[in-house]
Amino acid sequence: MIDLKIIVVGIGKVGQTVAEQLALEEHDVTVVDTDPDAVNDAVQSADVIGVIGNGAVQRTLQEAGVADCDLVIALTGSDEVNLLCCLMAQKTGGARTIARIRNPEYTGQIGLIQDSLGLARAINPEKEAAAEIQRILKMPVARNADMFSMGKVELISFIVDENCMLCGKALSESFAHIKARALVCAVEHGGELTIPDGNFVVQKGDVAAALIPTAEVPDFFRQIGFRTSNVRNIMIIGGGKIAYYLVKSLLRLNVSVTIIERNREIAEKLSLEFPKANVIHGDGTNRSLLLEEGLTHMDALCSLTGIDEENIVLSLFAKNVAPQVKTVTKVNRTAFQEVIRAIDVGSVVYPKYTTANLILQYVRANSKHNGNGSDMQKLTRILNNRAEAIEFTVTDGSRVIGKTLTDLELKKGILIGSIIRAGKAFIPRGSDMIQAGDSVIVVTIAQRLTEIDDILKD
Amino acid sequence: MNKRMIARTLGFLLLAEAVLLLLPVFTALYYQVRFPSEPNDVFHFLATAGIAAVLGLLLISVRPKDKTIYARDGFAIVSLGWIVMSLVGAVPFTITGEIPNYLDALFEIVSGFTTTGASILSTNGGGAPGDLSALSHASLLWRSFSHWLGGMGVLVFLMAVLPLAGGGGDIHLMRAESPGPDVGKLVPKSNQSARILYLIYTGLTVAEILFLYVGHHCGTDPNMDFFTSVCLSFGTAGTGGFATRISGFADYSHYSQTVIAVFMMLFGVNFSIYYLLLCKRFKDAFRDEELRVYLGVLGIAVALVTVNTFKTAFTNFGDALHHAFFQVTSVITTTGFSTVDFNQWPNFSRVILFLLMFLGASAGSTGGGVKVVRCILMLKAAKVGARRLSHPRNVTSVTFNGKPVSRDTLNNTTTYFIVYSAIYVTSVFLVALDPNLTSITSVVTGVAATLNNIGPALEELSPTANYGFLWPLSKIVFIFDMLLGRLEIFPLLFLVMPSAYKRHFRLHKPY
Repeated sequence: MIDLKIIVVGIGKVGQTVAEQLALEEHDVTVVDTDPDAVNDAVQSADVIGVIGNGAVQRTLQEAGVADCDLVIALTGSDEVNLLCCLMAQKTGGARTIARIRNPEYTGQIGLIQDSLGLARAINPEKEAAAEIQRILKMPVARNADMFSMGKVELISFIVDENCMLCGKALSESFAHIKARALVCAVEHGGELTIPDGNFVVQKGDVAAALIPTAEVPDFFRQIGFRTSNVRNIMIIGGGKIAYYLVKSLLRLNVSVTIIERNREIAEKLSLEFPKANVIHGDGTNRSLLLEEGLTHMDALCSLTGIDEENIVLSLFAKNVAPQVKTVTKVNRTAFQEVIRAIDVGSVVYPKYTTANLILQYVRANSKHNGNGSDMQKLTRILNNRAEAIEFTVTDGSRVIGKTLTDLELKKGILIGSIIRAGKAFIPRGSDMIQAGDSVIVVTIAQRLTEIDDILKD
Repeated sequence: MNKRMIARTLGFLLLAEAVLLLLPVFTALYYQVRFPSEPNDVFHFLATAGIAAVLGLLLISVRPKDKTIYARDGFAIVSLGWIVMSLVGAVPFTITGEIPNYLDALFEIVSGFTTTGASILSTNGGGAPGDLSALSHASLLWRSFSHWLGGMGVLVFLMAVLPLAGGGGDIHLMRAESPGPDVGKLVPKSNQSARILYLIYTGLTVAEILFLYVGHHCGTDPNMDFFTSVCLSFGTAGTGGFATRISGFADYSHYSQTVIAVFMMLFGVNFSIYYLLLCKRFKDAFRDEELRVYLGVLGIAVALVTVNTFKTAFTNFGDALHHAFFQVTSVITTTGFSTVDFNQWPNFSRVILFLLMFLGASAGSTGGGVKVVRCILMLKAAKVGARRLSHPRNVTSVTFNGKPVSRDTLNNTTTYFIVYSAIYVTSVFLVALDPNLTSITSVVTGVAATLNNIGPALEELSPTANYGFLWPLSKIVFIFDMLLGRLEIFPLLFLVMPSAYKRHFRLHKPY
């Protein structure tokens, strides 16, 4: 495992999370911020070193050691500062750069910006969060949904309730009757995470994560007893950036969208941008307003205001007055995850983690050994960030090629969930072999994997 | 307070002490084989190591629910750790009978770990208990080794070897144990930072041992045998001050004395300067404000003392320069070695030395005292304050090394100085009660020499004297002063503050 020297500029909410995660993965992290208190806090809560200063200024970057640094991640609140910071970093040291660019007005020219400035990645957290919400809306029974292999395979987490066919039975027993190809790759029961085998009995209230080829997703859920319905009417509360991207993509699918926004100017801007959407200027926490605009007839409600507590209460309210409504809640602060989980408010999206995961994925994929046998395509964390699902494209040098799955000696807590070959995804059996050129999705609880060979016992 | 983490970390500390006690064990074995007539201390050190190991293992078995520690836990670990370490470290001296009085033995080992170098041992010779000549080679080594360990810090030593606290918690230990107002890491990871510090530290120590031993090997200094080179280098590295001969430093050649003086000066420099040099950032290193002031003050003091002692204490200008350089360096770095009895020098030189005791060495070094950087900051703050008396609206920022100093840091530095002064005054009060002391100079300089971790003072506590004749109250006061000085007051003070034990109080290191 090669440890990278990383500089994180801007320790706001996301910067702090990213710095902590990267330090935990044993990289040398230097944080830069103009606020001395933020830097001091970061240094005290994670094994990092801090520099106080403006990260877009060359001298500050030099002080932070940009000369021999591998990666600079710019996460300040200003897109322009982030871009300038990356430009200076590149010119001063030749490090790779990642910038956060969230202004919707720049989305059209992101490609051009990336090319001109040589950015390795431009991350738009709101856009990614909107994409995540959209995936969840596509499959309303899901709590979380992630997509792999260019949309060929989905990893969907869902709660097992008493209507579900899996409830109370061993997995092998349930799957004997299911025709859809799917693999339950991780189950969370009472706070404990397991990678189940055929004898595992799924119980009511467990959260299961299943890998399913995309085309078979609705079929699978129908077979295990979930009534799936398409989401046709969506109410969104809060007209911020996530809402912007979400509405854009939803309208393309001919879904009817109602947006409730408190600020008149923003509401007007939205209505100009999206003439087909129903934009309401009003207070989303006003109960009668919600009912008046037809909350009870909606298929889904997305609470996307800037205040976490409001979002949570709105979702709870919706579940109360209209139990069939699928709720998606945005929560900014990750500190109270367990509490929120216990309330069971439905799907929760944490934009902080979305961004952090994207960055972590990039770092993992780029800190591998020489003589690797794989490329990391995607990394995602499921079940409250306690398990990871990683997609690798296997190349010639790998040691996993040519052996049957049963013969491969894997480390503990690792499951090969799916293989995608020649554009087709399938759930592998013990007799299957991994070939060069395959994409393999691996689910793991404990290990930190950077390449496919890491799954093998040393 | 995370009591379990505190207990567990103390356990590791005790285990480390048990392992480190093996060094005197091997020394004792070696000398037992070579010189069978020497007192045999093997069993005593082994027994002490055993006690430390048992206690350590007991404490390590405490499983913490949460590995996170905060600033206050850092304080508690450092202060309790040093106290416990000293209590255990004093045991060999007592059970061997070399220092039969446990309080005296405790004084001696605390003086060792805090790198003070004040000794209760008399220097009459003859091998009587309580005399320096009674100490076996193993005991002498343990004394000097404690200087080396205490200099850079025992917890920092542990941190280099294993991660002590979860997440970024190690920084709290580092900040609590390392001297200076704004302790930072050299590199992002705490344990790597600790490792680099210890590497530089060990490197310099080894260099000094070689330089000294070369002198012996070439025949210029017959008294500087390998054992002595090692002990004195340990003492220099930690800026401690224990001598191994009853004649002090008088019997060593000018070459050896100069080597020691140069290395004393080197160990009084902020170690991050050495890191900068290793990173080839020479300009940044030599532009450092604290380094310049440190060397500047040293130079001026040497010049003044040389001129003052020439024709008065020394007839030869070369001698005056040599001994002035040695003594000034010794005091400013708070080492405390002495080549001559500077108590015999004219008043002007003695006052210079007395005042240098308070200035101290650079932050981030192994030296004690208030520290050069704090003195610089306070003077600058005073200058700005004075200007605003005549120009009330004037806005001037205090800068250090070109960067602005936050008001918090300035306030905290002033707070430190006030508390420090309060402790100094209180100690003087208490020590003045001692019926065995007749001169007020002894009282005042004795407290200065222990609180600032120098060792020898003036008058009755001069370099040729010792602290053994004082009554127990004074010795206890000095033990506290030595610890307060080395740990920079607040970690220890924290232990006696009732708010430390309240659950909802979070203490930031005030300076």
